[in-house]
Amino acid sequence: MSIDIETARRVAKLARIKVEDDALPALAHEFNDILGFIEQLGEVDVDDVEPMTSVTPMRLKRREDVITDGDQQDKVLSNAPDAREGFFAVPKVVE
Amino acid sequence: MSELNRLKISEARDALKSGETTSVDLTEACLSEIEAADALGAFVHKTPEIALEQAKAADARIAAGEGASMTGIPLGIKDLFCTKGVPSQAASGILEGFKPEYESSVTTNLFDAGSVMLGKLNMDEFAMGSSNETSVYGNAVNPWRRGNEDTALTPGGSSGGSASAVAADLCLAATGTDTGGSIRQPAAFVGITGLKPTYGRCSRWGIVAFASSLDQAGPMTKDVRDAAIMLGAMAGHDPKDSTSADLPVPDFEAMLTGDIRGKVIGIPKEYRMDGMPDEIEALWAQGTEMLRDAGAEIRDISLPHTKYALPAYYVIAPAEASSNLARYDGVRFGHRAKLSQGDGITEMYEKTRAEGFGHEVQRRIMIGTYVLSAGFYDAYYNRARKVRTLIKQDFETVFNDGIDAILTPATPSAAFGLGEMSDADPVQMYLNDIFTVTVNLAGLPGIAVPTGLDNQGLPLGLQLIGRPWEEGDLLNTAYALEQAAGFVAKPARWW
Repeated sequence: MSIDIETARRVAKLARIKVEDDALPALAHEFNDILGFIEQLGEVDVDDVEPMTSVTPMRLKRREDVITDGDQQDKVLSNAPDAREGFFAVPKVVE
Repeated sequence: MSELNRLKISEARDALKSGETTSVDLTEACLSEIEAADALGAFVHKTPEIALEQAKAADARIAAGEGASMTGIPLGIKDLFCTKGVPSQAASGILEGFKPEYESSVTTNLFDAGSVMLGKLNMDEFAMGSSNETSVYGNAVNPWRRGNEDTALTPGGSSGGSASAVAADLCLAATGTDTGGSIRQPAAFVGITGLKPTYGRCSRWGIVAFASSLDQAGPMTKDVRDAAIMLGAMAGHDPKDSTSADLPVPDFEAMLTGDIRGKVIGIPKEYRMDGMPDEIEALWAQGTEMLRDAGAEIRDISLPHTKYALPAYYVIAPAEASSNLARYDGVRFGHRAKLSQGDGITEMYEKTRAEGFGHEVQRRIMIGTYVLSAGFYDAYYNRARKVRTLIKQDFETVFNDGIDAILTPATPSAAFGLGEMSDADPVQMYLNDIFTVTVNLAGLPGIAVPTGLDNQGLPLGLQLIGRPWEEGDLLNTAYALEQAAGFVAKPARWW
């Protein structure tokens, strides 16, 4: 599997990271180095092996479905780059 | 008492209890060392006011006869831990200015026990790196040097600032986190003890997430006893982390008898890598002899899927990172890029993330995005998770056969020079974690113990891997190794 420049562009778009056109060839090259390394996994016989979902066998705990937290609007917004009138502010989303 | 900053936790605890010193004195000694050690790049946010306030409270608590083992002990805290009102930015530009409104569970436990925070410690950005060279703050530097050279060496990564600070006696101990070796590799590079507990032993709540199924916090200390003491204060069940184990935390220190007679130590043949330096090979053989002399039975074992641990890790960790780091969108916290006329929300995301994340973090997010994308999910991500199952089964098999602990090298080399790996492809840097990463994939406890110096005078460490939840037994084996190795070397001060 080899990553070309178009694939690198598509992955950057999916990851929502702006990559300038002139940086794409180097990025594709790095991807290929790493994926070449990962390809070794193809040698392993994984028939009938379950993919790991939890490293330690444990049952996730349940709790009462009640409110445990909240009413901290000021704290939630305190680190926002742009907060107005109790909301996070973002550029226009819908035309 | 002179040079209070050089004390171990156990020594400071005893001196505090006897009234020989105070937490304020200990804390001031550390603060003045930190002020004189900017060349190490270890402390990136200093918190002297908080430290002195906590120290005074600790002294009052000790005077009232209510001190615990960690009361009054000055610590450094890795920047990955959210600390209330104190910058916590995972060494990333994207969290510039972020001051959490909450405290991580591990630091809450430490502060409830009366510990003192001296400041936040340098690290690789989002804990992604093995040399502390991906930090937005710049490099942390190893206090050790090769012979008489003045080449700046890496303290390892990602907990490089923690390693540097403890080795240079800027603090009594530090917190670290370990996703693929980020506690054990830097500990080995600077000649200190680093423990990654069993996955679930310490709460992950409030620790900036990298790869949630692998991340685990642990202590970085001057010896094994201190690791036992500090782990006891960090660990415990936390309802806010659903993977935190609801198990009692034993008195780890009380389990340090040094008696390992009859214990069975496995030596895995797959860890004997091609091209492994002779010094590492010799160190491993010496460590094996030390444990045999202490009365342990040595047994050759096989962990057949070891070779596939790093490639599996470099699918699973980036996949989880790409998901975890999706939250850095320029909306809720941290950096937001300046936008041009007409830019919409997608441009805001893309520019913010391009400006805020460093190169290695961007690369890993994109690798993770790729392996999770439609058409590749089965070929990469699911296959890696299956290989992970096999790696865990390798360990289960040897533990079921009666192995109590496994001895391996901690790192494939001594500390290398900062910048020396800059021309290598990324995979070369990833090979640093070759001996440590299996432990994260299998969720096991692992500890790096300093055991010798190489021919240039740099520290080398060995790693012991234990059964899940048996950190006490593992620490005791590490204690026996430490006693036998008698490592007492300290870096010569140049900073």
